[in-house]
Amino acid sequence: MSFIKPQFHHPALPKNKVGYTKADYEGSISTLCAGCGHDSISAAIVQACYEIDLEPHKLAKISGIGCSSKTPAYFLNNSHGFNSVHGRMPSVATGAYMANRDLIYLGVSGDGDTASIGMGQFVHAVRRNLNMVYIVMNNGCYGLTKGQDSATADVGSINKEGSENPFQGIDLCSLAIELGATFVARSFSGDKHQLVPLIKAAMSHPGFAFLDVISPCVTFNNNKGSTKSYDYVREHIDATSELDFVPIHSEITIDYEEGKSVLAPLHDGSLLHLHKLAAGWDPTDRKSVIDLLQTAKSAGDIPTGLLYLDMNTRNLHDLMKTAKKPLNSMNESELCPGGAVLEGINAGFR
Amino acid sequence: MSKVKINDFVIRFANVNGTGSASANDMFSKAVFRMGIPVVAKNIFPSNIQGLPTWFDVRVSADGYLGRREEVDIVVAVNPQSFKKDIAAVRSGGYLIYDSTKPLHPEFHREDIHFIGVPMMQLCMDHYNEPRQQQLFKNMVYIGALIELLDIELEVVQGIIRDQFKKHEKLIEPNFQAIDLGRNYVKAHYEYPLPVRVQRMDKNGDSIMIDGNTATGLGALYGGASVVAWYPITPSTSVAKAFETYAKRYRVDPETGEKRYAIVQAEDELAAIGMVIGAAWNGSRAFTATSGPGVSLMSEFLGLAYYAEIPAVLVNVQRGGPSTGMPTRTQQADLLSSAYASHGDTKHVLLFPANPAECFEMAADALDLADRLQTPILVMTDLDLGMNFHLSPPLKWDDNRKYDRGKVLNAQQLDEIKDFGRYLDVDGDGIPYRTIPGTHPTKGAFTTRGTSRDEYARYTEDAAAYEHSIRRLDKKWKTASTLVPKPEVYRSRGHALGMIWIGTSHHAAVEAIDLLEQQGIAMDGLRVRAFPFNETVEAFLDEHKLVFVIEQNRDKQFRTLLVNELETAPKKLVPIQNFDGMPITADSILKQVLERVGEAEVSR
Repeated sequence: MSFIKPQFHHPALPKNKVGYTKADYEGSISTLCAGCGHDSISAAIVQACYEIDLEPHKLAKISGIGCSSKTPAYFLNNSHGFNSVHGRMPSVATGAYMANRDLIYLGVSGDGDTASIGMGQFVHAVRRNLNMVYIVMNNGCYGLTKGQDSATADVGSINKEGSENPFQGIDLCSLAIELGATFVARSFSGDKHQLVPLIKAAMSHPGFAFLDVISPCVTFNNNKGSTKSYDYVREHIDATSELDFVPIHSEITIDYEEGKSVLAPLHDGSLLHLHKLAAGWDPTDRKSVIDLLQTAKSAGDIPTGLLYLDMNTRNLHDLMKTAKKPLNSMNESELCPGGAVLEGINAGFR
Repeated sequence: MSKVKINDFVIRFANVNGTGSASANDMFSKAVFRMGIPVVAKNIFPSNIQGLPTWFDVRVSADGYLGRREEVDIVVAVNPQSFKKDIAAVRSGGYLIYDSTKPLHPEFHREDIHFIGVPMMQLCMDHYNEPRQQQLFKNMVYIGALIELLDIELEVVQGIIRDQFKKHEKLIEPNFQAIDLGRNYVKAHYEYPLPVRVQRMDKNGDSIMIDGNTATGLGALYGGASVVAWYPITPSTSVAKAFETYAKRYRVDPETGEKRYAIVQAEDELAAIGMVIGAAWNGSRAFTATSGPGVSLMSEFLGLAYYAEIPAVLVNVQRGGPSTGMPTRTQQADLLSSAYASHGDTKHVLLFPANPAECFEMAADALDLADRLQTPILVMTDLDLGMNFHLSPPLKWDDNRKYDRGKVLNAQQLDEIKDFGRYLDVDGDGIPYRTIPGTHPTKGAFTTRGTSRDEYARYTEDAAAYEHSIRRLDKKWKTASTLVPKPEVYRSRGHALGMIWIGTSHHAAVEAIDLLEQQGIAMDGLRVRAFPFNETVEAFLDEHKLVFVIEQNRDKQFRTLLVNELETAPKKLVPIQNFDGMPITADSILKQVLERVGEAEVSR
């Protein structure tokens, strides 16, 4: 089946600073189940890209396999997308980033795609500090193959068939922090108010920005006893902060409360304003973040918001000392040492 | 006294690995090379770093036969572990040069060979204090002995030592001294030179002596690869290393230190090919180098690249399989697993270089072909070609050459084109047009996917649309057969018999054709250089009554490809094989052909 989204939009739709309407950031019609959390995340991505005045062709979408990995077709139709193979989005993103350091890379993955088959690639992408946004649409189950438990399902969570998961769930945020990720956030597909500024901030971050977004599977994991259901998540969510993304050159109009506010400058000149709600937690202090996550885990809470941020980050190209000019724009004169040099090389082998 | 054999012998060095013997042995073969005599070396080494037996066979051939030869005229035996085997390897009437620091045990004695003892270790212990020095210079002592025994020009060896220690000048003199220890001992104790020896010729012209992996890495550098992703695996590791070594020299801005390349040692082969595909999708030329086990891991991604039509270059330096097999021995046993890597109807373009100059040329050509055909190109070398020094024509680059980036649309073209469809066969050659991310704000974007899609890259499960795209890929395959390197017709004299081969079987095959002719069996020869097979290959099979198919694997994989793709009658294709991990020899081909010819005559 092919789905074609209607192309008519009201001519008076407002345009952003680069001249695009919000419709210009939309994708094809979603084929996911009605009520799927993933569609809300897609909508948040559209909203974020429109609001940060992104030119759509300056972003590339890359995904693996699974329900979540289908979503790049459902947003940003004017951006190139690559729906690759299961669990291997990070390597494709790494290669793409090596080829052209100037685009924004938005990687979309699921909990199966990242925490099981793709775990190896995920951890190495974090280590290398790729300059990319890595979103996991985390529903604790394999949707596309009809509801098997995934590696992020919490121990004790009950699936639709009624069986209890006996295995430890993997907390991708804790893992990302452990591996040296420089921007780590958790959010909920049902909290657009929080998710949109987080996506904007992630896109401004000059290193690996990881977003673990809990995104309930309405069909296979929304039952009583599941810790990834809409009801459970709403009851246990605990926002660490309120977050505002302040674009470049904008006037700061919010009142900041002494001691509870953090203004984090992002590399492109924009600002991230965090109003802290959690006690004893400092998003720039790795130890306090790990404490927060461990404490929440014991209490059964789900801390959300920006969890960890390190602004002093050196991404893969910085580490490799790659030329500022994208490699994919170089030609013979920049890449080929030429015949005379080869003569010299030949002479060395005589 | 043995009969005189000038410039026509095999010498085997039997060493312990990790003792510095390899560089001394390289020095020996280079000395022969610099004396203008055709020479080839085969390093037979264990999958180990230190302490196990290793052999280095050097064949000196005035006639220019560069394949391995079984019969060994001289053995330099410095490894007690393999002594028995090494002594047994010497041909009757040949020579054993051994370390006589300790007397030779009587059980090793052979009446039919000459024993030349040189107290290598004793000489070193008398002249050097440090154990490591004693070990390293021991190698130079036997080089010194060989200079006199084989009549090698001293100045040539000294010149090589000077070149090698250009950056460590204080090591030059001690090496000279070690050589003299060996020379003087021979002069004082033996008649020299031996009847088996070298004599200056002028047969090497402008040739170079280089390993295939270095040439491959250089070819990728010249061909414009800017992204490299790889995972260490013998025998391919030195391809990526060579690329990096020369990229550091020729792709770094001297002022800023900025690199015009990016190389990542990936976490595994899956990631390595994923990175190559990601980079190529994004418009950079990219390659990876691996061996059989790596290709197995890359198979899923290769299917994606085939179906989604993404350029990728993979160098497969083949080794002995299956499984871990013989990691440090050679084979051509990945033909089928590479040609048809991945699930579903998938097939890949393979290139078969036969010498380092072709490794260079084909690595660069592979990058052009990958862009032109928008598909993976596999450069199929092997351990023998990749890791041994070969006499090769010099590497050549035409400065007027432009990279063929294939059908890539820029922003202006996108504005001009009314109807862009990523998978539309506009030109009728099965190759569609592609766009690179970031090209145009509103035109040319599409989603690349491994699932079925229509000509506009939209997801579809429509049967007709799927079949149409699969058939188009086959059309592209036909186009590929006209673009890949053409076979080399080695001999075409209208004989009824033919011989056909690929890659490193070349030297043994051409020597075998000469040997067969001497025995009254004349045949034509064809070296295939690429898959899919070009029409010349089909014509060659049609024109000959019986065709001997030379290959280095058990399952006749090359023959299977010929039967499978050209529908040649299998009975016509006579398999000639070698798969013991050693490079195939002319003698082995000769023997097998003679057996088969005999059988054919009986059955007629």
